[in-house]
Amino acid sequence: MEMQEILFYAILAFTIFSAAIVAFANKIIYSAFALLFTFIGFAGLYVFLGADFLAVTQIIIYVGGILVLILFGILLTQKIYDLKALAAHNPLFLSLSGGLFVAIILAVILSKNPWFRLVDKALNPTTSAIGKAILTDYLLPFEIASVLLLGALIGAVYLARVEGKKK
Amino acid sequence: MNSLLPYLITAGIVFTLGIFTIIYKKNAVGVLMGVELVLNSVNLNFIAFARFVDYQLNGQLISIFIIILAAAEAAIALAIILNIYRLKTTVDVTQVSEMKN
Repeated sequence: MEMQEILFYAILAFTIFSAAIVAFANKIIYSAFALLFTFIGFAGLYVFLGADFLAVTQIIIYVGGILVLILFGILLTQKIYDLKALAAHNPLFLSLSGGLFVAIILAVILSKNPWFRLVDKALNPTTSAIGKAILTDYLLPFEIASVLLLGALIGAVYLARVEGKKK
Repeated sequence: MNSLLPYLITAGIVFTLGIFTIIYKKNAVGVLMGVELVLNSVNLNFIAFARFVDYQLNGQLISIFIIILAAAEAAIALAIILNIYRLKTTVDVTQVSEMKN
């Protein structure tokens, strides 16, 4: 087995293991830090798929943005000394059967299709091609996404502001 | 490494774990983490199909838009969660069942 392959399967195992920690950890802060490692593992998989721009975007947006938001959300909403509230979960059996249902559907779909494709195409840098595609073929979704982000910005500020300062 | 199947299996496992997290956690922030796992696994699927089936960049562009939507969704969801916490001093999703107090 080559070195690259060992690294690939190590990253796969790392990603799945930290995703499992996100799912099963008792304390929400452990879940958040495991989520950090899951995002980094996904960025490594994107590198193996030849998506260099997306790997960097994944780290910048997910780790630098969304994960920090989630950590702030945890820190602002936890009663740290209330241990019963920290470990509260829905019934494990129901959740496991729900997850198993999805897993069975996905396994059936995976096994019914001949998805063993091999490719040894050279990996090209994708950044300039993505930039060109965004400004030509994907211009309308790009503009709609910018309007959506503006709306989300205003909406988040409106929702999270402290009311009742006027009186 | 050069075949499609390991990526699809990984994405499937992480998708399942995400659905499980959404059902299992009572904390609203934990539910949000499950949603992020689901979105990430879908992204991985799009990029894997872009490399092995499409041979073009369409899948990568779609996953860029998914990342944008995930960022907007996380910001809005956390604003809503903070508002709920201020009103009810809890983020337990099983105890927040009315839309207007």
